[in-house]
Order: sequence, then structure tokens, then C-alpha cells
Amino acid sequence: MTVTVSAALSDLRSFLHGLPGVDKVGVEARAAALATRSIKTSAKAEAIDLAIRMVDLTTLEGADTPGKVRALCAKARRPDPADPSCPPVAAICVYPAMARVAAAALAGSGVHLASVATAFPSGQAPLEVKLADTRDAVAAGADEIDMVISRGAFLAGDYTKVFDEIVAVKEACGGAHLKVILETGELGTYDNIRRASWLAMLAGADFIKTSTGKVAVNATLPITLVMLEAVRDFRERHGRIIGVKPAGGIKTTKDAVKYLVLINETVGDDWLSPDRFRFGASSLLNDLLMQRTKLTTGHYAGPDYFTLD
Amino acid sequence: MPKSVKSPAPEAVRLAVRKTYKLYIGGKFPRSESGRTFVADGDNVALASRKDARDAVLAARAAQPKWAGATAYNRGQVLYRIAEMLEARRAEFTALGVPGDEVDAAVDRWVWYAGWSDKIAQVVGGANPVAGPFFNISAPEPTGVVAVVAPASLLGLVSVVAPAIVTGNTTVVLTAGPQVAITLAEVLATSDVPGGVVNLLTGRYAETAPWLASHDDVNALDLTGVDHPGLAAELERAAAGTLKRVIRPRAATDFTADPGLRPMTALLETKTVWHPKGY
Amino acid sequence: MFEYAPAPESRSVVEIASSYGLFIDGSFDGGKDGDVFKTVNPATEEVLAEVASAGPEDVDRAVAAARRAFGTWSALPGAERAKYLFRIARIIQERSRELAVLESLDNGKPIRESRDVDLPLVAAHFFYYAGWADKLGHAGFGPDPRPLGVAAQVIPWNFPLLMLAWKVAPALATGNTVVLKPAETTPLSALFFADVCRQAELPAGVVNIVTGAGDTGAYLVAHPDVDKVAFTGSTEVGREIARSVSGTGKRLTLELGGKAANIVFDDAPIDQAVEGIVNGIFFNQGHVCCAGSRLLVQESLFEPLMDSLKRRMATLRVGDPLDKNTDVGAINSAAQLTRIRELSEIGSVEGAERWSPECQLPDRGFWFAPTIFTGVTQAHRIAREEIFGPVLSVLTFRTPDEAVAKANNTPYGLSAGIWSEKGSRILAVADQLRAGVVWANTFNKFDPASPFGGYKESGYGREGGRHGLEAYLA
Repeated sequence: MTVTVSAALSDLRSFLHGLPGVDKVGVEARAAALATRSIKTSAKAEAIDLAIRMVDLTTLEGADTPGKVRALCAKARRPDPADPSCPPVAAICVYPAMARVAAAALAGSGVHLASVATAFPSGQAPLEVKLADTRDAVAAGADEIDMVISRGAFLAGDYTKVFDEIVAVKEACGGAHLKVILETGELGTYDNIRRASWLAMLAGADFIKTSTGKVAVNATLPITLVMLEAVRDFRERHGRIIGVKPAGGIKTTKDAVKYLVLINETVGDDWLSPDRFRFGASSLLNDLLMQRTKLTTGHYAGPDYFTLD
Repeated sequence: MPKSVKSPAPEAVRLAVRKTYKLYIGGKFPRSESGRTFVADGDNVALASRKDARDAVLAARAAQPKWAGATAYNRGQVLYRIAEMLEARRAEFTALGVPGDEVDAAVDRWVWYAGWSDKIAQVVGGANPVAGPFFNISAPEPTGVVAVVAPASLLGLVSVVAPAIVTGNTTVVLTAGPQVAITLAEVLATSDVPGGVVNLLTGRYAETAPWLASHDDVNALDLTGVDHPGLAAELERAAAGTLKRVIRPRAATDFTADPGLRPMTALLETKTVWHPKGY
Repeated sequence: MFEYAPAPESRSVVEIASSYGLFIDGSFDGGKDGDVFKTVNPATEEVLAEVASAGPEDVDRAVAAARRAFGTWSALPGAERAKYLFRIARIIQERSRELAVLESLDNGKPIRESRDVDLPLVAAHFFYYAGWADKLGHAGFGPDPRPLGVAAQVIPWNFPLLMLAWKVAPALATGNTVVLKPAETTPLSALFFADVCRQAELPAGVVNIVTGAGDTGAYLVAHPDVDKVAFTGSTEVGREIARSVSGTGKRLTLELGGKAANIVFDDAPIDQAVEGIVNGIFFNQGHVCCAGSRLLVQESLFEPLMDSLKRRMATLRVGDPLDKNTDVGAINSAAQLTRIRELSEIGSVEGAERWSPECQLPDRGFWFAPTIFTGVTQAHRIAREEIFGPVLSVLTFRTPDEAVAKANNTPYGLSAGIWSEKGSRILAVADQLRAGVVWANTFNKFDPASPFGGYKESGYGREGGRHGLEAYLA
């Protein structure tokens, strides 16, 4: 792999611009067609539990407090206190300042702790600040780092700068897994999303993630489809499996199931696991729990019966 | 069961619940921001101000890209839905004194324009055989926000609004027959017409029309309903400031006649695209 | 693998009677001589209904009814004819789920397609031509174009209701009356359409439906009191019809077979091209006259494209047409299945390499797995003859000129596809293709506003769009 990466790096621009184009109408039609799949009964039950296990339960607000974060951690460990068969979520996702609190609250649970870093959400800070941000989060107990790329540099064509930053942050992560947020809503085209995906993967990302959740367009099915195609092709070429995390705007079970269908029919089994696919979401979890309850009880559930955290 | 015959009840007199006639802006029915009303046929009707006109232009501008971006098929379906809802409310219009055959003609006029949505481009657009290795095609596009000074009759009103919106323009319409206009607004509001595509203002032309004619964010001005030649000339002069497309009033327009294409083409731009052809 | 539980569309939305008569002059009646035939569900071989087989006297009655209705129908103001057609369009929208299920039962196509493609297009087609009925003077055929009279229309089994819409909507909009014969294996949706006409209160005799086999159709198109013949089907039958109407003065439009080239250049958007290839040949089980049945791949792209295509084909879900997740349904008839099998055998015998993904086919019914042949050359029969099934022949080319030459090297000329990110190449190649419809970076797209029809032995005349009016105007 290293040989290919350095070869690619020597002319990153021609490599990225040599990737096949993405036809907007075609990719959106394909995503829309897959969204019509009808997932019922046993398949739905299976999908809901898998989706719960893939949730990165997220709070990224200026108003976050230790109390709020502890409550969310409790929810992550036991999403449905009334039903011990309900699995825990994959991870909690917080700001670095909240990482220590979250680490304590999650200790021994097996739930991962993800922290955003690198001057989230804008990424507009000097590299040293970003690296310090990352090291702090890891030191506080985060075992997953969600970094943002410098969209400004990417859009200005300075691919090497983006690449080098990811490499540096990856190093600062130490043993922590690195999710690279492309902020697809700011990249403007599907071609750019494909290029940014490859750029992040070549630079060492463990996951590529759509969005910060802080801009107008967050995760969509066609954007995620383009990223899934990228990780599929990357594995074919380099043998390494990169995870994908759509984030922002996924609010309902119906939404989540569409993403699982997308995985199932484009990249397949290997990505149907919390190690390879995550949902960055907050309100999604309660909808998953309500639908899960509906499947077991046979009647529709109401929000008053699920915890708000 | 036989009704009680003890003592005949006095003839029940039920008091009618009257309708408040307000403006129609952005899909909602607000009162005039000025708080003013005027009396028309015994009803207190909202008297639109220049600020209402300004708000209506904002609503029309906000609605325009999405309306123009809807498929022609979709716009046609919406116009056909207007016809359905107008037919269903036929009695409301006849109660306002609109002759039944005029309501029928207004319904049919919506149907006629509904059919144009996905055909006008095929009639006024097309491939141009330029002398060179180029693909060259012309297609009509809506001009944008159209300010309309509408005739008082229902058929006249429909005959100026429908050709403007069918192609993707949005409108701010000054109306003269307030009850008929606002009842039509109620038809529009229940017909899948997105809010802001048609905005209807009741009031005095001489007060509000100049503000629309001079408004920098209005693209075209339809003066069909202006019956005062001096006002028409003044409005046309004001419209020249931003080179608005102007439809001049014509003496004695017969709205029952086949409207032809002009009411639509007057509010369309032609876009021509060139593209080379070669391996 | 994430297995989807069965998700069957409810069959209870449609009630199929045990037998159907002919729809003549506004009412149903049994055929004169009482002959019937059975229509079956090709996915299960279950008999759905018995349908009257129209003999010569029945066709005579239908043509006479259409002739009687023609006077008043053609004299109606266009705006009034328009409103009938708008009504029909609306009723089809209202009954679309019922009609979609019916279509999938009788035809074998997946409910996803009948629900999301066929029925929306059927309604849209009636809407579109409804709008023309009172605008004919603007259509470019003179200030006051006149209808022809009685139109005899014979349609195929691949898109039963959609082909009906393509025939009936423009005919009625222009003031003609029709006698329509649906295909023998898929008569039901046309008979349900008769009920749509009844609900719309369409005057008696304007639309007449006669069911039957090829003989019925042959008698209908040869009928002396017919002014116009419109046929969609095989090139062989089209040729016979052209012979039979010769010298009669009848107007004729034909929409016949095809062997479309789907050309993929090495700068194509690959993932979307793969979708386009799959959609081009496996949509509707490949029972599509404009199917992209010849894939022409630039040689430098051949291997990666084949890998991607095979990977994608492995995810196609073949099976119960009523399951909402089915991608490829049943072959329409035993006869068609036999033809597909025979031509595929010939492909193997002639040395092409055959590949299908693993897929479990149901035990009952008519099924054929999605199949591709590589190593095909212009000399192979599977590169020249229309298979009309889910079978793709893959050829390669080196330059655009070679692609164009191979694409045009066929007696057919219905459609073609081009995949490239370079606009000027697309337009230049499109210019040189001898085909009536050229799709670039998409395939199998249909719209009532867009004319459709072939060059050469794919037929003549256009259906759809402003151009589609011409076939029904004097």
C-alpha cells in the first residue's frame, strides 16, 4: 500500500481527477430506487437492532454540560431500560471538553468514546491547534477521533495540505481510530465527494464521515452511496476496509433502514457491522426504540414511554 | 317518532357567519399591515398598502426558483387541480354574482393552461440548425416575478394569472373585484399551489401599482387591468427603470376568445444553448 | 447478508372476474361464436380469467361502433374531448395500485416497475394528450388539422397498459375513435381500462376493445372501414401489416423490434454506467423493444466494467413479481421462454461465454436468470437477433468510429445508449447513430412529452410528444 500511496501522493491532483466521474442524476436515481425497498417483520427487527448497535449517540452543543453527557452515556449503555435484550449503541460522540466525563461514565461498558477534534466544525485553525485538540481528546479517554478536513484547502485545490493534515492527525491519534469528516454539504459536487473520500483514505483514515451536522446539507443517501463506492473500490485496490459514517439528518428508523439497504446492495456484508458503519445521530435512537417496541408489542409506541436525555 | 305538537316553536332564525376578506400573501391570509380596510359591496375588505406589496414581492421571489424548477408535468397537475377546486366552488362564485357560464369558462381556462405547461416549449422552442459542428437548442424560461394589475372579472383575473404561472413565473396580483379575487385565492390555497406563487392584493391600483412598477425585484408588469390610460403610461415609464417586460392594456379585451400564445410568451425568456459536437 | 423478509403487495386490491367479454359500443358482451382463451399468471401458471376471442363478426361490430361514434366524437370541441381525457387520467391515478397489481399478475413484471414506472407513465400520457386536444391548431400541422377516422390499434404484451395509453390517448385527443386489440397473453388491463372509460362516461363506441390472438389482429388491421393502423410488436408481424395495408390508403405507424447498442466509453461515469447497463437489459425482464441488448464496451475498460457488472448482477432479486423488492420478474409466456432459451443456447454453441449470477428460480412459472454473453462478435446470432429477454451480448470497440459502425450495423434502429463524461463526444456519436432514441448517461427513459420510435426495420412514425399527434391527423 505504501508504494501506491507515495506514488499517488507524488501527483495527488492527477490521481484524484483521474477517478471516474459521478453522474448526479444517475447516482440519485439509484439511491432513490434502493430507498423503495420494503423491509418488513423479521428483517426489520434485525435491521433495527443492527442500527442501534451502529449509533454514535451524539451531543455537540455549546450548552453541553457534564450532567447532560452523563445522562447520554447512561442511555448509550442501556437504551431501553425496560428491555434488557436491547443492545447498547456503538459510541458516544462529544466535544473534547466533555471527553473525560464521558470516559468515566462509559467505563467498562464496551461503548466507544468518540470525540470530535481539529477545531470542529469549521476546521479553520492552525495545524498545531488541531493536533493539540486531538491529543487532548485521546488523553481524556477518547478511542475514536472525528476530525474535520480543511474544506477551504480542498476547494482551493491544495490537496497536499489536506492530505498532510490527515496524516498528522492520524499520528496524533496514536491507537485511537480516526474518522475523517469530509463535510460533503460544502464540497458542492459528487465528484468532489469521491475525490475527498479517496484523499482521506489514502492519508490513513479508518472511517470517512459525511458531515458535522452543522451545515445545511448533511448526510443523504446518494452522498453515502458515493462514499460506499469509494470504500469498496479502495478495498479492491489496497485491501484495506475503511468504515463509513453518515451523520446529521438521520432521524427515523425508516431513514436508518434505507442506509442498511444501501450497504447491503452496494458493498455487502463486510460493512454491515458497527466496526465498519456508524450513524452519527441523536434523535434517531428513540425512534429505533419505538419501532422496536412496536414490533414486539404489535401496537404503536408513544414518545412518553422512552427516555429523553 | 312524531314531533311534539304542544306549542309550535317560533321560526328559527339562524344568523349567518360572515367571511372576513383578507389579503393572500405567501400562501397565508393576512390582514393589511396598515390595518386599513375599505367597503366593497357591504363587506369590509383589506386595503393593501405599499408594504403589503413589498411583502408580496418577497413571497413571490422566494417561491419562484422552486416553482420554476418543478417539472412542467407537475405544474400542469397543479393547474388542473385548480380547475377541479374552482368547479367545486362554482356556487360560491355565482352567489357573488359571477354568471355561471363565466365560472365555467374560468374553469376551462385553467384546464387549457394546465395543458400548456409541458407543451409550450415544444411549440416555441426547438433545435436550431446553425452552420457548424454545434448542438444548438432554444428553450423558453420564465422571466421571474410578474406584477399583474388584473381585470375585475373572474374570467379576466384567471386569464392573466394562469398564463403567468403555468410557465414557472410567480405573481403579485392587484385585483379590483375583492370578493371574487379572495374567493379565488381560497381556491388556490386548497389546490396544491405552493405559497407565494400567486399573491393577491385587494385595494387601489393607483396606490400600490406604482410601487410594483418601480420595484427593482420585479421582472415583468402586466397592465391588462388598468383602465386609465394616464396611469398605464406612468406605470410603463416606471417599469422602464429596470427594463421590465410590460404587457400593455388593450381596449375591450374579450376574455372569452382563444387567448393564443401571447399571454404566455410575453412572460418568457428564450435561452439558447450551444455545445460543440466532436469525438 | 441482510436477508429481506417477503414483502408481498396485497393482491386483494384487484378483483378479477372469472370471465371477460369484448368491450364494444360501450358495453361488454361475449363473442359471437363463444370462443374463449385463458390468460395465466406467468409467475405461477395459474389461470387468471377466461377471455372472449373476437371473431370477424365481432371485429365488424367493433369497427362499426367506432365508425358511428366518430361523427359526434370528432365534432366535439377540443376542450370537451380534453376533459374526457383528463377524467381518464385522473381515474387511472386513482386506481393506479389496483391496475399495477393487475398488470404484474397478468404480465409477470415486478410490482416495483408496474407501480413506479408503468402506471405513472400511463396517467401522464393521458394528461399530456388531454392537453393537446384543444390546442391542435398550435401543433404545427396546419391551423385546423382533422382526425383520420377509425383507428385499428394492436399492442404487445410487454407494457400492456402503457402501450394502450400510447395508442389511445393521442388517437382520442385528435378526434379519432379506436378499436384496440391487446396481446393474447395480457388482455386484462385493457379490459379494466374499458371500465375506466365507463367511469369517465366516455361516449359509447369511442373506445372498443377486442381480445384475441393474431388472427383477430390481422382481421382488424385488414378491415376495410379502418382509416388508420397502429401496431407495436415484432418486425415480422409489422412487415405483414405493411403488406396488408399497401394499396388501401390507410395510414400506418409501426413500432417494432430493436437490437440497441449501449456504448460505454472509457471516460464514462462507471457506477452509473453499470446501473444503466443493468436497467437497459434487465428492466422488464428485457421484454423491451428498445432494450440495450448489445453492450459495446471500449476495450480498455472491458475487464473492470465486466467485474463491476457481474458484481451488480449478483444483487438482482429475481422472483415473485408481487414482492415489492423484486427486480426481475417472470418471463411473460412459455413461448417467449422457449425463444430466449433457444437463442441463448445458440450463443453458447457459437462460442460466446455465458454467465449468470447464482439465483434461485421458482419451481412453477416461466423464469430465466439474468444472463450475459462475453466474447460476442457481430457475426453471432445473439448480436443480431432480438432475444426480447434478460440476455445481454457484450462486444468491444477501440475508437468512436468503430463504435458507431458496429452500433449501426443492424437492420434495426430503435434506440441506443452512450456513456461518457465528454459532452461533445456524446453529441457527435448521437449524430451518427441511426436510431430513433438516443440516451446519453441514462437508459430506458420515457416521457409523454418525448417522441419515441424507430429508424429502419424498427418501424416508422413517432409516439409521444407533439410529434405523436401527426400519426392521427389528416
